[in-house]
Amino acid sequence: MSILIDENSRILVQGFTGDKGTFHAKEMIACGTKVVGGVTPGKGGSTHLGLPVFNTVKEAVRATDATASITFVAPPYCADAIMEAADAGIQLVCSITDGIPAQDMMRVKRYLLRYQRGRRTLMVGPNCAGIISPGKAMLGIMPSNIYMRGAVGIVSRSGTLGYEAAAQMKDLGIGVSTSVGIGGDPINGSSFLDHLILFEQDPETQAVMMIGEIGGPQEAEAAAWIKDNMTKPVVGYVAGLTAPKGRRMGHAGAIISATGDSAAEKSEIMKSYGLTVAPSPSELGATMAKVLGAARPH
Amino acid sequence: MEEAKLDIHEYQAKEILANFGVATPKGAVAYSPEQAVYCATELGGWHWAVKAQIHSGGRGKAGGVKLCKTYNEVRAAATELLGATLVTNQTGPEGKVVQRVYIEVAEPFDREIYLGFVLDRKVERVRIIASRFGGMEIEEIAKDHPEEILQVVVEPAVGLQAFEAREIAFGLGLNLKQVSRAVATMLGCYRAFRDLDATMVEINPLVLTPDDRVLALDAKMSFDDNALFRRGNIADMRDHSQEDPREVQAAEHNLNYVGLDGDIGCIVNGAGLAMATMDMIKYAGGNPANFLDVGGGASPERVAAAFRLVLSDRNVKAILVNVFAGINRCDWVAEGVVRACREIDVDVPLVVRLAGTNFEAGREIIAKSGLPIISADTLAEAASAAVAAVATAPKRRAAAT
Repeated sequence: MSILIDENSRILVQGFTGDKGTFHAKEMIACGTKVVGGVTPGKGGSTHLGLPVFNTVKEAVRATDATASITFVAPPYCADAIMEAADAGIQLVCSITDGIPAQDMMRVKRYLLRYQRGRRTLMVGPNCAGIISPGKAMLGIMPSNIYMRGAVGIVSRSGTLGYEAAAQMKDLGIGVSTSVGIGGDPINGSSFLDHLILFEQDPETQAVMMIGEIGGPQEAEAAAWIKDNMTKPVVGYVAGLTAPKGRRMGHAGAIISATGDSAAEKSEIMKSYGLTVAPSPSELGATMAKVLGAARPH
Repeated sequence: MEEAKLDIHEYQAKEILANFGVATPKGAVAYSPEQAVYCATELGGWHWAVKAQIHSGGRGKAGGVKLCKTYNEVRAAATELLGATLVTNQTGPEGKVVQRVYIEVAEPFDREIYLGFVLDRKVERVRIIASRFGGMEIEEIAKDHPEEILQVVVEPAVGLQAFEAREIAFGLGLNLKQVSRAVATMLGCYRAFRDLDATMVEINPLVLTPDDRVLALDAKMSFDDNALFRRGNIADMRDHSQEDPREVQAAEHNLNYVGLDGDIGCIVNGAGLAMATMDMIKYAGGNPANFLDVGGGASPERVAAAFRLVLSDRNVKAILVNVFAGINRCDWVAEGVVRACREIDVDVPLVVRLAGTNFEAGREIIAKSGLPIISADTLAEAASAAVAAVATAPKRRAAAT
């Protein structure tokens, strides 16, 4: 098992025929992902990388039974592409695109709510490295060779810091069940919490690495949930101890951002809820090794 | 990191909001004392406020707003403010230079109200914040008397409804005439926020005049950088003189740069890894000079631009390049580093750590270049090497200008 995607996931590439879509679709296929086709409005009926291209996501779903998609669509059009996938019944949309306007994402989030729970699309990203279940499937842009198949789930805001964690663990012989990049934008499709719930339910995952950043309430919210609901150990890290405070104009931002936004505060919150916080970003793997050793001595 | 945004001046925000039906006092912008006096004569009235236009709040306390009763006073106020550097509680110690003043007809008022609109990432919607205690101490009121802060979260599918604005207006204790005008003000601000891709609109204070008008005495707006492609008129309002020149230079090369006060320059791909690298330098006993995310697809040109930018900070005594290649390829990044070193006078020790796609090829290019580059395998090694390099670094040569 793994979460979100595995070797049976049928995947569409939105923005299939563009440079980025082509390059990463090849990479995804090379590591075993079952890409079943792509969507580029205006190029329907043609073939690309030996796979069918469709004008609309609905047509593509009808023809291929795809359940997940990845968007390599330019920022001005990406919100539209995500909503199109949701409307076509795609269960999981992963958006790599960096630079989607915040109000577009606000409308996307609202749009996803029009479907009832069971039918509702889960979105990962935007501005993220995507999802990988090593040895099974990749819905993203990460270097797949740094991941070893195994039992630790990774959920990270940052793409490259997620790579760092996976590589450090691989060096210590620790593998990954699934790694999810939730993205660095202020409004993202899914949160730490959404994926922690899935990792808790996944029989293959034995522990989780959660890597946050300064800003936003998600890490604290997730930590509180972990304390009350999570049976698996969680290693945390929050990047940005030395990050400059964002300069802001006016007071509105300060009024709504209560305490808990800084890296130091978030680390303290994580500790207070029982997470093991890695002492530095170079000890992500070592901290996980220690936690796994304590949980399952052999 | 904070989302990139575009700030504009008070007079620009007022002009925008006026187009959405928000009432403001009459005013005009001036770039010289003579122009300021001319504005006052054209505007009419008996008293004028001369207001420094900088991208910051807290201008009143910093002496940036002057009430004038004669044309001579207007001239004197403009002369004093134009060219002056104002330091407020929001500018940082370096302050901001005043290059424009706004001349406004001073209106008598009875009460000051706070009204703010902000894109709240907690609820992922627009939140309206209002308080009957307008003025500069609003953050303290939010902390000590949260019951005095009224809030409405707007449902994005339908937008702000009149009843929601009415609830706020009655909650602020306004009379009937004022309520209808305050509702128009709020609906106008919301439409401006939504239609122009703002991330913040703030009117502090919104004043009530003795004849029951509701006027925006100050106004601030920030906009989403990611949406400027469809907001050309807003993008044109950018005032580079109010921004950090290095950040302006960075933006031209699509680099994300924030200057800090340490001495180890950082060039990293990805914001999270960039912050982690800065953390690691701190743990190793050093201080980062900057945050710099070169992003994906770091071409040799971009890497060279990053080097120039980091070296333009004269406090930098060593540079740490940390790239974990996903979309990037390490050999490509290494070529960029070597080329940058040959093209630019890199007069400080350079530590390079490459990991991910094609890292062996990248390290070989660095090793074979014959350049005095310190190679590191891990994040921890790289940080310690950079800190050690600073300790023994020779004095930098004078800046070539």
